[in-house]
Amino acid sequence: MMTMNETERRDIEALLPWHAAGTLSRRDAQRVDAALRQDHDLARQFELVREELGETIHLNETLGAPSARAMERLLAGIEAEGAKGRKRRSFDLAAFIGERLTLFSPRTLAWSAVVGALAIMLQAGLLAEHYIGEPGVESPPAYKTASAPTTRSLAPAGGSYALIGFAPQASAADVTKFLEAHKASIVDGPKPGGLYRIQVSATALSKNDLADIVKQMQDEGKIVRFVAPTE
Amino acid sequence: MQATSDEALIGRIATGDKVAMQVLFARHHVRVYRFVLRLVRDQTLAEDLISEVFLDVWRQAGKFEARSAVSTWLLAIARYKALSALRRRPDEELDEEAAAAIEDPGDDPEVALEKKDKGEILRKCLTALSPEHREIIDLVYYHEKSVEEVAEIVGIPENTVKTRMFYARKRLSELLKAAGVDRGWP
Repeated sequence: MMTMNETERRDIEALLPWHAAGTLSRRDAQRVDAALRQDHDLARQFELVREELGETIHLNETLGAPSARAMERLLAGIEAEGAKGRKRRSFDLAAFIGERLTLFSPRTLAWSAVVGALAIMLQAGLLAEHYIGEPGVESPPAYKTASAPTTRSLAPAGGSYALIGFAPQASAADVTKFLEAHKASIVDGPKPGGLYRIQVSATALSKNDLADIVKQMQDEGKIVRFVAPTE
Repeated sequence: MQATSDEALIGRIATGDKVAMQVLFARHHVRVYRFVLRLVRDQTLAEDLISEVFLDVWRQAGKFEARSAVSTWLLAIARYKALSALRRRPDEELDEEAAAAIEDPGDDPEVALEKKDKGEILRKCLTALSPEHREIIDLVYYHEKSVEEVAEIVGIPENTVKTRMFYARKRLSELLKAAGVDRGWP
C-alpha cells in the first residue's frame, strides 16, 4: 500500500471540498479517492466537508429569488442602450465608409473621383434642363415634389431596394466584397436593429427578380444575418 | 431536445437578440442574485446589481471569448459589482453589519443548540463568516466552481484559492466550537 508524506496529505486535504462538490479533474479525484481509502482521519474530515456542502446549499436555497423588478430594470436598461446604440451605429457607418475607401488604390480613387464629378455634372445638366425647360413644355410630375422632406431617403428615385442586416462577424472587407458581388450599394441607414437600405438595381425589377436577388443574398449567411425586399 | 448552450446564447445576444438575453437571464439570475445577496446582504441592492450584471452582458457579449464558462463570467462581473457597491456604502453601515455578523454566532447558535439542530447552527456560522470566507465557500460548494474557476472569479492564484478555502473551513469549525459544536477538527 502506498503511504502519503505530510506534504501530499496536505495537498489532498486541500482538495476535499472540490472532491465533495465533484469539480476535480478525473486524475485528482482518483488521487483523493485513493487517499480516503487508506487514511481514516482524512475520510472523517471528508464527512465534515460533505456536511458543510449540504448546509451551504440549504442556506443558499433559502435565500429566495429576486422579484420581477430585476428583469424589468434590465429590459428598461436595454431599451435605453438601444437608443444610444443607434447613435453609435451612425458613427460606425462613417467608419465603414472610411474603411471601404482605404481598400482602393490611389489610382482607383482618382478614377472614382473623376466618374463622380462626371455624374454630378450630368445630374446638374438634367436639373438645369428640367428647371429651365423648353418653353411651353410642362415639367414631368415627379419633379414637382422637390419640396418633399429630404430626410426621408438618400436614395435616388426608381430602382429596387432591400433591407439588410450584416452578421456581427462580417468585416468591412467582407461587406464591401458582398456589395460589389451583388452590384449593390448602401443608400440609407443604419435603421433600428442595425439594418441598412441597399439599392440592388438601378431599375425597378419585377417582384420575382427582386426575390431571386434577395434569396442569393440570404444564402451568404456568414455575411448577412437578415435581408428582405423593401421599397 | 437539447437546450441552447450559454455560449450560443451569448453569440445571439451579441447580435442584439433580446429573447436570447431573457433566456440567459432566466437561466442564471437566481444563482447570481444569491451570490450577490450573500455579499451585500441587502435584497434591493442585490436586485439592482443583477440588473447591472446582465446589462453588462448585453453590452459586452461581443467580447466574450468563451475561455471560461458563461456562469463563471457572470459571477466575476457580479462580484466586481457587489464589491464596488460595498465600497460606496458609508463606513458606519459596514461597521454595524460587521458587528451584527460577529454577534450572530455568539447568540443565535446557542439558542439553536437548545433545539439540538446542528444543521441550523452550521448555517448560522456560515452566515457569520467574513465576506471573503463566505464568498469562497459559496463558490465551491453552491456554485460548483473548480479551483481554476474560483481563481478566475476572485482574481487570485490557484494555490491561494486552496489555502483560503482551508482557512475558511477552519474558521467555520472555530465558530461551531464557540457555539458548542466540537467537530474535532482542526
